[in-house]
Amino acid sequence: MAKHTLIAYVEDVPGVLNRVSSLFRRRNFNIDSLTVGRTEQVGVSRLTVVVEATDAGARIVEANLYKLVNVLRVDDLTHKSALMRELGLVKVKVTPQTRAQVLQLVEVFRARVVDVDEETLVIEVTGTPEKIGKFELVLRPYGIVEIVRTGAVAMARGSALLSSAPPLVRTYSSADHGNDDSGLSMSV
Amino acid sequence: MKLTGAEIIWECLQKEGVDVVFGYPGGAILPTYDAMTKYPKIHHVLVRHEQGATHMADGYARASGKVGVAIATSGPGATNMVTGIATAMMDSSPIVCITGQVGSKAIGTDAFQETDVTGVTLPITKHNYLVTKPSDIARAIREAFYIAKSGRPGPVLVDITKDAQQLTAEFDWEGAAPRLPGYRPSYHAPMSEYARAADLINSAKRPLILAGQGILKSGTTAEVLALAKKAGIPITTTLLGIGVIPASSLLNLGMMGMHGEAWVNQAIQQADLLIALGMRFDDRVTGNLKTYAQNAKKIHVDIDPTEMNKNVPVDVALIGDLREVLALVEPQVKKATHSDWWTAIDAQRGDAAVRDIQALPDSGHLYAAHVINDLWRLTQKRDTIVVTDVGQHQMWEAQYYRHEKPRSLITSGGLGTMGFALPAAIGAKFACPEKDVWVVVGDGGFQMTSCELATAEQEGIKVNVAIINNSFLGMVRQWQEFFYDKRYAATPMTGPDFVKLAEAYRLKGLRCNQRTGVKSTVQKTLAAKGTVVIDFVVEKEDSVFPMVPAGADLDKMIRRPKQDVMLESGSDQDWEMPAALAAPVKTSAPARSHGKTLPTAKKATRPAPRKSPRC
Repeated sequence: MAKHTLIAYVEDVPGVLNRVSSLFRRRNFNIDSLTVGRTEQVGVSRLTVVVEATDAGARIVEANLYKLVNVLRVDDLTHKSALMRELGLVKVKVTPQTRAQVLQLVEVFRARVVDVDEETLVIEVTGTPEKIGKFELVLRPYGIVEIVRTGAVAMARGSALLSSAPPLVRTYSSADHGNDDSGLSMSV
Repeated sequence: MKLTGAEIIWECLQKEGVDVVFGYPGGAILPTYDAMTKYPKIHHVLVRHEQGATHMADGYARASGKVGVAIATSGPGATNMVTGIATAMMDSSPIVCITGQVGSKAIGTDAFQETDVTGVTLPITKHNYLVTKPSDIARAIREAFYIAKSGRPGPVLVDITKDAQQLTAEFDWEGAAPRLPGYRPSYHAPMSEYARAADLINSAKRPLILAGQGILKSGTTAEVLALAKKAGIPITTTLLGIGVIPASSLLNLGMMGMHGEAWVNQAIQQADLLIALGMRFDDRVTGNLKTYAQNAKKIHVDIDPTEMNKNVPVDVALIGDLREVLALVEPQVKKATHSDWWTAIDAQRGDAAVRDIQALPDSGHLYAAHVINDLWRLTQKRDTIVVTDVGQHQMWEAQYYRHEKPRSLITSGGLGTMGFALPAAIGAKFACPEKDVWVVVGDGGFQMTSCELATAEQEGIKVNVAIINNSFLGMVRQWQEFFYDKRYAATPMTGPDFVKLAEAYRLKGLRCNQRTGVKSTVQKTLAAKGTVVIDFVVEKEDSVFPMVPAGADLDKMIRRPKQDVMLESGSDQDWEMPAALAAPVKTSAPARSHGKTLPTAKKATRPAPRKSPRC
């Protein structure tokens, strides 16, 4: 079992998020994080799902996502060169004695202080989910009041396109590609 | 042309070629029912429970290959459909369910008879729609039909608010063509995979074809038989695959799985190549996955990519339409006979379910297996569809009724829905009015939807209902006998007097509790004009053999504990002679089994009080 990062382009229609999350529950996969947002195309949203699964399990998730009528494209970025980013806001207790130490950690993690009062600091940190986890860890001794994380978003590096079909299926890039479905177009 | 949403619904159904719909009116669907009177070309069947409507649509779809349509109102009407929708989903049956919804302004207010039906049915439909505007109705219905019948078929639900039915919109059929950029009904496997599949077939010594319902859906019976014949490959079918390969074909070994033929399960375990065509390695087919067909490479052909490597890891996955796959693989397959493999299989052939029932003594008691085998003999010359429920009778039917044609057996396989048979049979009769439709059903399942007898009566259609009445929830009782130390918790079951029940519905009722009476009962049933209900009072504590306990190794079957009598019971030819009917098997079996611990034989000598539910 490992964390798999899947991205999916979905039609921006009511209930689509419900369909995706219901799929994970129904097929008994645990969602680590799920984020949704608009894309460069009108009417198309992009999901980033991080899920705990084996490689075989991730392929089944991918195929199941393709089976949803409102899902346009899916890609598993886990074994690809990809960027992953998450944003966290951490509210941490500070005293006149500890404030300098905390600010030093903020510096080390290239985070930003976005709110200050006598007893707390709110710190904004971006980076990989691991980095944010580490940041939380080092701040814990000072007393974390609350923490919020957006969940990871991901993007493949380079100019390679997303896959356009589930695993084990012929795709556009295959050498023996024949008359593939025109329905694979991403426009809606 | 400006029409109301309700009229658009009927226009669309008419354009989709729908000739019959199964439904039940109610508040939120009233506008649609009101508009129905303007569309007399579509026949509406008033059901007695919305579950029945979905099963009828399902039975109609499975018998005809067309899309079945069910209609219900919001709230309870729609939630009553859930079981039928889930049944259709599991067995890939194309149905479209149209439900009324409260007015779009009232959604979310817990209005009278409001339920989030698209939410409820989300995991059990292939896709669903909530339509709140009349202008969206045509597209939703067109897409629903397209999605339901294309690719791997399945149920689609369209929930339409009451105001969308009442308001008017321009009806533009052409403009409402499906726009489904994310929907991929079918795929193509890479070319290299076809060659790999052919190589595996050509180098196999002990290949075996596992034939599933996908063959029926793709209509490739002839192609599969051609491949099997050319390469000398035996075929075995799943439960839903029964009928896709004629039972009389020498290539057809019979059904696999939990209650499959013993020799078939042995063959699967001994095979060196499994060619799975349109089947999904259900747990009832594989038994223990860790020990399943360990010696075999596996080729899996299915249109649904999510089935690949789901239960059984495969060596070659051919995702696509079976017709296309077979057309590409078959030319690359070399001729072969595999005579050693056939010899090995034939050596085990004597170990058949049919002999199993011949061994049962004719002690004055009626055995379900006898009823079904006799029913087959008496109806085999007629064009017959048999519809079964779930449980012991379903397995006996699969074992003892020999199906020659696709779509001649309709049964709830994946979901195993009690109460499926009678309504599904009514739907099948509407699809194929020229055929005989038989319901083989347990006394438990029949009681779940017996209200649909009224539907059959009102519609004046003829379905022949054979209740296999053992006064038990038989399959559960069997599990209790085998795995729960015979503690029969909540399985003894009384029922009404089924003959009187039929008569109360103004239908004919018959009772039969002797093997000698089966023939005349069936003949009377066939001769009668309308629906007939037969109460076959059978041995109470008989079990289905062989049986692979859930999760056990496929070749570790529980056998009927009477091997010696079984082997004495003659050749396979005996039971194919209708003459055997007139002279019921009066073997020396009872005497021979004297002192043996055969539960059924022991029970047979015991007086069986029909009045009491407990023995």
